[in-house]
Amino acid sequence: MLTTVAADAETLRWARVGDALTMDPHSQNEGPTHTLNHHIYETLVGRAVDGALTPRLATDWGISEEDENVWVFTIREGVKFHDGSDMTVEDVVFSLDRARTPPSGMAALHAAVEEVTAVDDTTVHVRMSGPAPLYVQNLTNTFIMSKAWAEANGVETAPNFAAGEEAYSVRNTNGTGPYMLVERDPEVRTVLQAFADHWDDAPAVTEIIYTPISEAATRVAALLSGEVDIVQDVPVQDIARLEQTDGIRVVRGPENRNIFFSYDMVSESLASSNAEGNPFASPEVREAMSLAIDRNAIQQVVMRGESQPSAAPLPPFVNGWTEEMHAFGDPDLARAGELMAEGGYPNGFSVQLDCPNDRYLNDEAICQALVGMLARININVDLNAQTRSLHFPLIENWETDFYMLGWGVPTFDSQYVFDFLVHSREGSYGAFNGARYSNPELDAKIESLATMTDLEARDAVIAEIWDQVMEDRIFLNVHNQVLAYAMRDGINLDVHPENQPRMTTVTFD
Amino acid sequence: MIAFILRRLVQSVIVMLAVALVSFALFRFVGDPIASMVGQEVTLAERAEIREALGLNDPFIVQFWNFIARAATGDFGISYRLQQPVMELILSRLPATLELALVSGILAFAFGVGFGVYTALRRGSWVSGTIMTVSLIGVSLPTFLIGVLLIWVFAVELQWLPSFGRGETVYIGNWWRTGLLTESGRASLILPAITLGLYQMTLIMRLVRAEMLEVLRTDYIKFARARGLSNRAVHFGHALKNTLVPVITITGLQMGSIIAFSIITETVFQWPGVGALFIRSVQFVDVPVMAAYLMLIALVFVVINLIVDLLYYAVDPRLRVDRANAKS
Amino acid sequence: MTEFTPDESRPNALARAWDSDIAYSFRRSPLAIIAAVVSLIIILAAVFAPWIAPHDPFNPATLNLMDGFTPPMEPNAFTGNVYWLGTDNQGRDVFSTILFGARISLFVGFMAVLFAMVLGITLGLIAGYRGGWVDSLLMRVADVQLTFPSILLALLIFGVARGFIPPAYREAMAIWVLIVAIGLSDWVQYARVVRGATMVEKSKEYVQAARVIGAHPAKILLRHILPNVMGPVLVIATIGLALAIIAEATLSFLGVGVPPTQPSLGTLIRIGQGFLFSGEWWILLFPSLTLLALALSVNLLGDWLRDALNPRLR
Repeated sequence: MLTTVAADAETLRWARVGDALTMDPHSQNEGPTHTLNHHIYETLVGRAVDGALTPRLATDWGISEEDENVWVFTIREGVKFHDGSDMTVEDVVFSLDRARTPPSGMAALHAAVEEVTAVDDTTVHVRMSGPAPLYVQNLTNTFIMSKAWAEANGVETAPNFAAGEEAYSVRNTNGTGPYMLVERDPEVRTVLQAFADHWDDAPAVTEIIYTPISEAATRVAALLSGEVDIVQDVPVQDIARLEQTDGIRVVRGPENRNIFFSYDMVSESLASSNAEGNPFASPEVREAMSLAIDRNAIQQVVMRGESQPSAAPLPPFVNGWTEEMHAFGDPDLARAGELMAEGGYPNGFSVQLDCPNDRYLNDEAICQALVGMLARININVDLNAQTRSLHFPLIENWETDFYMLGWGVPTFDSQYVFDFLVHSREGSYGAFNGARYSNPELDAKIESLATMTDLEARDAVIAEIWDQVMEDRIFLNVHNQVLAYAMRDGINLDVHPENQPRMTTVTFD
Repeated sequence: MIAFILRRLVQSVIVMLAVALVSFALFRFVGDPIASMVGQEVTLAERAEIREALGLNDPFIVQFWNFIARAATGDFGISYRLQQPVMELILSRLPATLELALVSGILAFAFGVGFGVYTALRRGSWVSGTIMTVSLIGVSLPTFLIGVLLIWVFAVELQWLPSFGRGETVYIGNWWRTGLLTESGRASLILPAITLGLYQMTLIMRLVRAEMLEVLRTDYIKFARARGLSNRAVHFGHALKNTLVPVITITGLQMGSIIAFSIITETVFQWPGVGALFIRSVQFVDVPVMAAYLMLIALVFVVINLIVDLLYYAVDPRLRVDRANAKS
Repeated sequence: MTEFTPDESRPNALARAWDSDIAYSFRRSPLAIIAAVVSLIIILAAVFAPWIAPHDPFNPATLNLMDGFTPPMEPNAFTGNVYWLGTDNQGRDVFSTILFGARISLFVGFMAVLFAMVLGITLGLIAGYRGGWVDSLLMRVADVQLTFPSILLALLIFGVARGFIPPAYREAMAIWVLIVAIGLSDWVQYARVVRGATMVEKSKEYVQAARVIGAHPAKILLRHILPNVMGPVLVIATIGLALAIIAEATLSFLGVGVPPTQPSLGTLIRIGQGFLFSGEWWILLFPSLTLLALALSVNLLGDWLRDALNPRLR
């Protein structure tokens, strides 16, 4: 074994459901990967637990006064990499270029970047192809790495899946972050130690031992038996019990992710249905379904109170969310029944619901509950619950009539939702528009959002788009997920809305 | 004898190829690897590009040939998920699985044969009845439930044993990482080994008992008794020896379920072996890892089958005649 | 129990004697009586579930989610309904769900064992008797088959079925896919044992003699060899039934199997296992006890039957 821990060191044993896929800073745009890498590498801007942007390796940023297509970043001075070298603007330019070049997994977030240049020792300019008022929101997971180190180890670009050999950066790191990677055994154990020369205050936790535990019961058991100090993915049914357990506390907070159902609104008929025509094309049927779903019951029973029921198909901290979209009434089965008849389906119909069973909190149980609720208005639902790698291609390939999807909004702006879920499927738009929804008027409005610099006018367009989306009932939203972290008494850590907790923020009583 | 072994070796290679072919033919139904490789922002066009670059659009037979050609040189490619060479990944996980399988196998065999002989010789006694009945509980509940219950009792309530992982490990040589040499490593092994071995033990025990009862009624045992041999000599020298043929067969064949159940056991206990690696790979459609794992299992199997056949050959002289007949 | 029916090849008079011996042995074994009664109760309860169960848990329209997590014999906090064994996370009555679940588990178990046994015995007899290239081929196929862990095989069969079965029939077909998946991964055990025993038996004089007088191979196999290999086959089949039921549970743990809207006992246990630490013990305990009682008594019956069927043990 590599290390013996000094007696006075504060070691934190941290468990969650899955491991980071890679230590390469730009290879994968994936939550657990970013979460671990945030301890080793740093980004230009950070995201606080309230969703606000905070300075990190950039001390200041803004759109250039001379050219609205240019973003200006002031880079922090006196920052050292773990190998002892100084971080320079050249490293920043190199990293942004590496991140936006395929096969980097971050490339899509930087698609509008034309050129990155170092202007002087502390200033970097990012030239966009057009006005991009929200570009800085895309930078919260783009890490800065050492140019010299990357060149010395042959990792000038992100690792290529088809390359056939392991890139050095997959298990070796050289970041500027508060912790150094000491041991990396993927999916078994990862050990981090505090970096003495870090520019910021030293964290209370000096050593992190990170162990993924995929089984929910085992994860909870490991906390109960005192083998780990903090558990990130706590099953909702165990939260209340853990809170009552001596020596264990639970913190919770809303996640940036909403869970909804959607359906094929466009096709002539449905492959999995016995109905004449396409019942989901009928506005009355869609309204009937929204009256049949009992969000409060799902929240109270299936989610054990650990969710925020909402009719708004976006998380509450995202720009564009309104109280009106969020509000919903009690289920009204009588009215729903009338609407079914008005829509032309007085005797109901059958349809298959596709649902993941290993992706969202209690995903399968939510789908099951919906099956019961829709049965009351004579919609006879066959539930097809399966693993995520089988579920998501159904949406991408338009092979599902009726499906569950969860959506997080990393940019904290509605445009992200529209681009992927509302815009007609063409080019980079509409990849997850499983509803097949297509409205040219809305498409034009959505495209205009990307370059609008007048944020007030832009918000007005966002509101117009949402009005139409809500009127057409593209989404049958269920709730926003709530995250819970369980930990040993005496540890303090807040829930991070993107489920990316920072162990630097841990304090001990 | 040599001709027999050679023939079996050729057959083994064919088996390996067949396994590779069948697994390749079926991989496309497990899911779409791209969906789990890229983030939600990646466009459909970019997804298609990655698919093309990985050769997933090639005709099936081309993909299969490429795989075989590389596998023959020991190159199984890079894991889609963990971006590491598959061979290295599997070799680093193999010791964990082998140690677990070995320890649970030894436990199962020792207790299985012991209990089996005892319950056969003391048929009808209440101790035998109790052993027979209690041992059945182990095969009457699903493995995952037994594992979770053991964790609950011994890790959470009593806090005697660890609930997950391998504990502290040390290297023997360059790559064999063992948990057997440390105290926490041995403690971590106990619950998974019981979970994995329980079913095998019950099966071996029942088999030994059944075979012993058969053999004890045969004429030559009666003759042996008549010749005045001691009970001990009769039971262990003659009876047990003759029960071992089917026991060896079944135990060898049980490697299949040991490996299958190690997937469950490793998942429940977060044991860092190849079984857990495999099930994660299925979830993420990590084709290179799945393919290499199946080839590895196929190799283990043909080797075991070969050994079982050879043991058969050595233990039961009648089969030699039969082999000679079969060949002619 | 299909696999324990006396084989028809025995002469009638013998069969009658054999039957009465069985009856005698049964009367003398209290454990066998208890096991038989327990199995019978569970099997009957499962078969007549639609008439016995107070609720129909497979009809989603009758479920009220707010009934969820009701403890046994206590009124629900919202609806005031009382259930003997409580309700699960969907508001399903646990007692009714167990009855309907046992029905599915038993069906899958019996059919899978039957499928595996017929396939395994047939192929094992042929391989052992014919020898030569037929034997080699069949045993290599068996090797390939064994190489696939049964769990993976089931995953793959599920995947293939998904490709071929139209969406509207998938839910109904799931149970047959499961039967084929479990049965197919089990036949090799029978085949290997039958083959090994057949190879030993066929070199014995009586089989050689039958061959010499020109008896049809099928007749030799069924009349002379099969009865001699039934011992070990019985050992496997006994555990096989319980094992098939448990294999179904294991698959459900891995996320494949019968739809959660029509759970088997195994699916119920998988669901209940999530509530081990949260306090809703009844969701796990009652289905587990039912499965344990069922598997245990089937196994005990098998134990007893094996001893009773063996004439040399009397």
